[in-house]
Amino acid sequence: MFYRENGQFKTTYRADQQIFPITQDRWVILALIAFAFVGVPMLVDEYMYRAILIPFLILSLAALGVNILVGYCGQISLGSGAFMAVGAYMAYNTYVRIDGMPLILALLSGGFFATLVGIFFGIPSLRVKGLYLAVATLAAQFFCDWAFSRISWFTNNSSSGSVSVSNLQIAGWRIDTPLEKYLFCLAFLVVFGLLAKNLVRSAIGREWMAIRDMDVAAAVIGIRPVYAKLSAFAVSSFIVGVAGGLWGFVHLGSWEPAAFSIDRSFQLLFMVIIGGMGSIMGSFFGAAFIVVLPIFLNQFLPWAGALVGVEISTATISHSEFMVFGALIVWFLIAEPHGLAKLWSIAKQKLRLWPFPH
Amino acid sequence: MKLRQLALAATVVAAGLSGALVTSAAFAQAKEQFFPVLSGRTGPVAPNATPWANGHNDYMKLVNARGGINGVNTLVEECETAYATDRGVECYERLKGKHGGATVFQPLSTGITFALTEKIPGDKIPMITSGYGRSDTADGGIFKWNFPLVGHYWVAGDTVLQHIAKQEGGWDKLKGKKIAVVYHDSPFGKELLPIVQERAAMHGFTLQLLPVPAPGVEQKAIWLQIRQQKPDFVVMQTWGVMTPTAIKEAVATGYPREKMFGTWWSGAEPDLKDVGAAAKGYSAVMMQHGAEPQSAVVKEILEKVHAKGQGTGPKDEVGTVLYMRGVMGAMLAVEGVRAAQERFGKGKVMTGEQARWGYENLNLTQAKLDALGFKGVMRPVSTSCADHLGANWARVHTWDGSKFVWSSDWLQADEQIIKPLVKASAEKYAAEKKMTRRTAQDCQS
Repeated sequence: MFYRENGQFKTTYRADQQIFPITQDRWVILALIAFAFVGVPMLVDEYMYRAILIPFLILSLAALGVNILVGYCGQISLGSGAFMAVGAYMAYNTYVRIDGMPLILALLSGGFFATLVGIFFGIPSLRVKGLYLAVATLAAQFFCDWAFSRISWFTNNSSSGSVSVSNLQIAGWRIDTPLEKYLFCLAFLVVFGLLAKNLVRSAIGREWMAIRDMDVAAAVIGIRPVYAKLSAFAVSSFIVGVAGGLWGFVHLGSWEPAAFSIDRSFQLLFMVIIGGMGSIMGSFFGAAFIVVLPIFLNQFLPWAGALVGVEISTATISHSEFMVFGALIVWFLIAEPHGLAKLWSIAKQKLRLWPFPH
Repeated sequence: MKLRQLALAATVVAAGLSGALVTSAAFAQAKEQFFPVLSGRTGPVAPNATPWANGHNDYMKLVNARGGINGVNTLVEECETAYATDRGVECYERLKGKHGGATVFQPLSTGITFALTEKIPGDKIPMITSGYGRSDTADGGIFKWNFPLVGHYWVAGDTVLQHIAKQEGGWDKLKGKKIAVVYHDSPFGKELLPIVQERAAMHGFTLQLLPVPAPGVEQKAIWLQIRQQKPDFVVMQTWGVMTPTAIKEAVATGYPREKMFGTWWSGAEPDLKDVGAAAKGYSAVMMQHGAEPQSAVVKEILEKVHAKGQGTGPKDEVGTVLYMRGVMGAMLAVEGVRAAQERFGKGKVMTGEQARWGYENLNLTQAKLDALGFKGVMRPVSTSCADHLGANWARVHTWDGSKFVWSSDWLQADEQIIKPLVKASAEKYAAEKKMTRRTAQDCQS
């Protein structure tokens, strides 16, 4: 009833090509961003920021990056954890080694180095495809794990191999409290989200999708596979690298290579698969599912147990968290193989016809 | 496309729910001192971290049975970390504000210790890392909130080398010898290295560093290397499933167990039970306590906690090495609060900030320890503003095929060597963070 575009006439190309052609969509999104910046800070407590919202924002950003590579360009990668690690460690090195380095520049330089590494490890994608490429990108993961735990230059010769940063500030604004950290990450996410959304709607995004759908056909109509594939690797690893920097600097504060292990790569890939491949919004759904659900289960199960008068031990909670989480993944993938984003677009379709379906 | 809509909606819904859960459990009751427990009952260190948590919780129950800390009861709540750093940080955030605020954290993981070291000064909560964590946090002038009470990796590393040297007949006998160090490839494992490298340079023995990737079940290649190169001794910095794996590999390759020495986290019953008689001769250094089934505190726990059916874990693990470590951790946490009460008001609930003063001014004399039931278990511990370590004594125990027996006298870590290492490392940390050393005035606070 309310959600339909009847009567919204586009009179210019500009109006026709905007990100959200439907007025209602536009307003809802603007309201959401405003709510995230203004409303959320009034509602939530410190635990929510530090344990849920900040990890959610940063991993959404990383999932966004992975989605560009896996979902839009069709290049399966298991090296995302490594690109995050490169982002984090190189941001750390530029931040610590260069006096007076601004924080944002350090994070972006982490992204820049991640881009270089991403392009380098993306070269095999020109020859190998699909699952074989996934195995080839594993090399990036193992190499980076090795490099950051063995080469002491990367950790500024720290004896334990663990590095840490604190006193983050931008032009005198100290990013100290959870609220400030949240806003800082949110600002990054909004900027990169907008950037990614526009990239995938542009010529280059269409090239990626053409490559994904059928690379031979794409080459025939004049798309250069080298350029398309490597640019997808570059953009994706830049975003993932910045997310890695944020994860180390803002969320953990102190980290070791294990923070970006192969598990992280799998986690990011699952976010994209569960959230929805080839969908910007899917990245957010996937990140929410993977980040929030385990923590929620971990707190919900003892509470539910207490309701029926059973006290569940910490170990049992932990085990059942894994079981329920696994079962939910299977159930979602059976219910909707195209991910949570697909469920959302179905809901939107239904909403358009509501309350008078055919 | 509705980019952020559902994502945020889902978070907010989950937020509301978990917020409700948090508040429903957080009835701050009067006169309860809250001790959060970051447990590792699942994951790669479960066999070892479980008795620790059981011991910790049992001792807290015993304190309540004894009448609390001057009338203030202890309260524990667990959060499961599975030894993962990100989950540990989440648990810390979840527990730190509950029940009127956390008194002290004991993360039982070096990775989590590193992450929390950055967070605790802001939250004003002290952290005890008894026998693990960052060794340089013994320097209280830089690390105001960290307390590696009773020992850290460098104390363990130094004393184990002292023990080897003593067995050989003096440090000079180690010259030209080869010692292999098998360590967990993580901050936990690497923390041991500075002290053994320092000692190697001093006494002219060579080191063979053999990192094992986490969680430590892939050691075939390393033990083949050991068989080929035949080091004179093997020092192991292992934890969790890694220790039994190493010993089984040593049995398989025929490396003599008598020449294998573990550090503090590598010598407990769960590590050796399955190997049994084959592990006979394996030794590990213990910072003060070992398995203490005969001690007064264990008898009291059995009588006042387990006999009433309130035991946290199985009865037969009471008094084992890691159980005792949990008991000792809990005792230190409680005694710090008691010390703080002397200053800030007896019978009151201490904040984390007040408890920190207690940990910094801990003075556990032998008489006090004996009264608490720790006779023969521990030596005196006393801390100060400059020294957050408190004691640097250790003993070595050896597996006789079915249990541990003491095989050395008390050993003291060499302060002449460790102090400069701690200081240099702490100053480096301070320089990176642009921190300054605490002033004499700050020490009084």
